Amino acid sequence: MRRRSALPGLGLALGVTWLWLGLIVLVPLAALVLRPWELGLAGVWASVTEPRVVAALGLSFGAALGAALVDLPLGLLIAWVVVRYRFPGRRVLDAAIDLPFALPTAVAGLALTALYAPNGWLGAPLAAMGVTVAFTPLGVAVALAFVGLPFVVRMVEPVLRDLGPEAEEAAAVLGATRWQAWRRVVLPALGPALVSGVALAFARAVGEYGSVIFIAGNRPMESEIAPLLIVARLEQYDYAGAAALGLAMLLLSFAFLLVFGVMQRRLRRGVM
Amino acid sequence: MRRPTEEAPWLRWVLCLAAVGVALLFLVLPLVAVFAEAFRRGWGPVAKSLSDPDALAAVRLTLLVAAIAVPVNLVGGVAAAWAIAKFDFPGKRLLTVLIELPFSVSPVISGLVYVLVFGAQGWLGPWLEERGVQVVFALPGIVLATIFVTFPFVARTLIPLMQDQGRTEEEAAATLGAGGWAMFRRVTLPNIRWALLSGVLLCNARAMGEFGAVSVVSGHVRGETNTMPLHVEILYNEYQFVAAFAVAGLLALLALVTLGAKAVLERAG
Repeated sequence: MRRRSALPGLGLALGVTWLWLGLIVLVPLAALVLRPWELGLAGVWASVTEPRVVAALGLSFGAALGAALVDLPLGLLIAWVVVRYRFPGRRVLDAAIDLPFALPTAVAGLALTALYAPNGWLGAPLAAMGVTVAFTPLGVAVALAFVGLPFVVRMVEPVLRDLGPEAEEAAAVLGATRWQAWRRVVLPALGPALVSGVALAFARAVGEYGSVIFIAGNRPMESEIAPLLIVARLEQYDYAGAAALGLAMLLLSFAFLLVFGVMQRRLRRGVM
Repeated sequence: MRRPTEEAPWLRWVLCLAAVGVALLFLVLPLVAVFAEAFRRGWGPVAKSLSDPDALAAVRLTLLVAAIAVPVNLVGGVAAAWAIAKFDFPGKRLLTVLIELPFSVSPVISGLVYVLVFGAQGWLGPWLEERGVQVVFALPGIVLATIFVTFPFVARTLIPLMQDQGRTEEEAAATLGAGGWAMFRRVTLPNIRWALLSGVLLCNARAMGEFGAVSVVSGHVRGETNTMPLHVEILYNEYQFVAAFAVAGLLALLALVTLGAKAVLERAG
């Protein structure tokens, strides 16, 4: 039998919670699920398989995946250094990790565009090397890597902190080199956390808008992200088309997250 | 002597330098760029663009929207955390997942859903319009979209903490005859105040800085439905770069204050 809590207020708290959740989240999301079908099944399919839409979805998901994979080693490096080493400036580094969380997306977008534009602090040297970042798909990926980095660091950090030195000591006693111990003991322990960090970074990046549209250049078929197409459809009062694209994005990203979830479970059981 | 579980000193230095380098180039430099671009021509243009009537209207609207959205999510978040952390009930897992849902939805979709309900061709749009109520392209729409994107912050900071704290202290208070409200105010609230404040700060920072969701429902009427982030976009698209970066700098300052306050709160709690 479920233990009855002696505390008051469950009814009130649940009432407030469901009301808040229902009005703000569930009813509006129901509109997203229901409204595309005004076009009919064939209409929805046609609307999400237009070449321009396919290109935009490909860019949004491809750049998000690429950015999350870039965040993986960078995030691991930063988390490792912040947890394991003591050096001047460590606290500042730790605080700087959350900058992409805290900085409003439009501000990040403007700042990255200024930095990576052909005459920017980073864009100019890169242009000299023949790499154009701003107003290309590469620029989209850079912005997405920026917004995603803290997710990887913050997922790995607590696991690394809880990972005591015993296993590494055992590896050293058994004659493993430092690299072998890292590769065979530390990395497998961090695996699940790394995957969930990458998954979170990816999920955030797929739908990202503000930090991307300034640096993307927004050329159809080339550097136009899917959320921007939703905005374009709304501006033409194509509500059902916008909803169809929104629903497609949501379902696709849930499918990706499901795959990440499976990977994480397998890593945890040591299958992979 | 070096312990066998430590890296060689040179490797430690290389890793530290690499991490700091990545952070400087990738995380800190964008922030520096905002202020550098804003102050390109000194204080004068910055002061002028921040005292522009449209900029002031944007600041006022942003403050107003946050002043409505944050308390709504504060009340909802505390109620949800109280129910989830202190009780067992059917549907608890589902409720926890649903509360986190807004974080996995694109900001643009967060705005889109309100247009689908309240827009000119929305479910309720025409009915509301006959009665002279405008939601989309007006303050209510901006507030709703902001509440949506900042929905989980308070609940998700409180739930793990309140679960760890258990319910023994509250049960003791109840046994001693405290009423529900007295118990909450005297026992629960002091236990969660720092986490609560930190959740509110994060919620507020996102509410003031939200761009995508608000951009979809705002209609971009200068001086009327432009929040600060939207004002930044308009200025930028009009090639008023110094003004755009000045307003962006104000928002970046808000982010810095939030981060600093969060760090202080983490040490306090």
